[in-house]
Amino acid sequence: MNITRAEVEQVARLARLALDDAELDALTGEMDAILAHVEQLNEVDTAGIVPMAHAIPLENAFRPDEVRPSLGSEKALANAPLPQDDCFGVPKVIE
Amino acid sequence: MKLTDLTIHQMQQQLADGTTTAVALTEAFLAQIDATNEQLNTYITVCRDEALAAARAADEQRANGVVRPLTGIPLALKDIFVTTGVRTTCASKILGDFISPYDGTAVARLKEQGAVILGKLNMDEFAMGSSNENSAFGPVRNPWDNACVPGGSSGGSAACVAAAQAAGALGTDTGGSIRQPASHCGVVGLKPTYGRVSRYGVIAYASSLDQVGPLTRDVRDCAIMLGAVAGYDPADSTSVDTPVPDYLATLADGVAGKKIGLPQEYFIDGVDAEVKQAVDAAVAQYRELGAEIVDISLPHTKYALACYYVVATAEASSNLARYDGVRYGARVDEGGGLIEMYNRTRAAGFGAEVKRRIMLGTYALSSGYYDAYYLKAQKVRALIRQDFTAAFEQVDCILTPVAPTAAFKLGDKTADPLQMYLSDIFTLSANLAGICGLSMPCGINRQGLPIGVQLLGRAFGEAELLQTAYAFEQATDWHRQRPAVAKG
Repeated sequence: MNITRAEVEQVARLARLALDDAELDALTGEMDAILAHVEQLNEVDTAGIVPMAHAIPLENAFRPDEVRPSLGSEKALANAPLPQDDCFGVPKVIE
Repeated sequence: MKLTDLTIHQMQQQLADGTTTAVALTEAFLAQIDATNEQLNTYITVCRDEALAAARAADEQRANGVVRPLTGIPLALKDIFVTTGVRTTCASKILGDFISPYDGTAVARLKEQGAVILGKLNMDEFAMGSSNENSAFGPVRNPWDNACVPGGSSGGSAACVAAAQAAGALGTDTGGSIRQPASHCGVVGLKPTYGRVSRYGVIAYASSLDQVGPLTRDVRDCAIMLGAVAGYDPADSTSVDTPVPDYLATLADGVAGKKIGLPQEYFIDGVDAEVKQAVDAAVAQYRELGAEIVDISLPHTKYALACYYVVATAEASSNLARYDGVRYGARVDEGGGLIEMYNRTRAAGFGAEVKRRIMLGTYALSSGYYDAYYLKAQKVRALIRQDFTAAFEQVDCILTPVAPTAAFKLGDKTADPLQMYLSDIFTLSANLAGICGLSMPCGINRQGLPIGVQLLGRAFGEAELLQTAYAFEQATDWHRQRPAVAKG
């Protein structure tokens, strides 16, 4: 086994996904099979290889620090499920 | 010849000499969409009024002497490109009725060029899939055989162009999502070099792999569309500030004396016999056109799939963290507080494949596994790129099959995720290496399904790649084959 059902439940908590029992069962088997395939990577000798994070060499991209028009709260809130007082409404966090 | 049969370059000609108008072209495509969309399910949203208004504006511009390469040309967009005034779904329930406050750069460039946007195309949810069966809006049918998938994730884009529902389309390619459906639908599809086209306003799946590209009827159209969208964009810090060549200027220069490499790792058991035969015939054609065929090796090819599924899912788990039901999209709140709202919203909004990839990626990045999976995959990725760097010291272009088989039947691979992932084994490496790749038609099998051949080129070598493809296309007739549904 590459991954246990308990680990899958923990990953679902980290990923903020409320999965039901059937989904957790199915994912345990599927993730196990995929991770077994991924194990192949261990055959490759990567000693001294610099990890490649990006396809092209990237440098910090700077732009002039100029004041520019921004979206504005009306547009920013246009798609909000619960706009409240010019803010994004969310369930109560602090009692 | 029907208006919907024309290529973009033929439309340019007819618009210029007054044989047709943007309004006439747009009406013809809207009629074809009306007649065939129920059957194919390619369009998620048809922008009828907006398209006709844009067509009228294009005709007016032309009357006033303002003519750009895409003035009045009816095109369509994978529903991953955000657009003002028209909803963007990414084929997911979680975006609800999201309407973007801005146009992405590629879309803005098409509009500036006078293109008419017909609508937003079906896809695998968040571009995760190889068959277009992972859409919250239902699967797309292959125009050549409705029992078959169109490929994915840009399945709607490929099927729409094959079925003459648009002159061309934009898609995105993270592991083959332009090239594989192009192959399955018998059209031309190009994944440009990473950094060639801005990703600003393209909903992110795996940010170090995603790239925007065109799907068209032929190679010349592909060159026209790439020229329209390519180029540096300050809004995308990964777009590269290097000049965009005139892709049409060198298109017809031929392949005499060019070296084309055949990587032995791509000509393996498991490739369908008819696919192999068609690709071999393409190699023979290139030899006849004066190219030199060279055997090469890309030794880390067998690790590309494992490498891809670690890198892509890790990036996806991070990118898709933003869908939390707070600022936009659907929200599921059944009480229980903020975290419970996140958990329920994401569980209800994402489909099975998206959840699977978020889970894999979260696992690969989680404490204790990061070095074993993510870091290891990044090192293997460096080796895969080195393979290509070494190969391009020997050859100008690499030729391979696009996919191991022609289009498969709906439902054939949905039960086994790993089997589905294997449909991308020949296309993933180009994304990992960041180089450009193109798929074009090179045959039709006994079931009447198209077969594609893939050409891979050096980073920022699109001009040479298109030139190599064009030489084959001009010598063959495969790009002129159309499914019955396109003929009406």
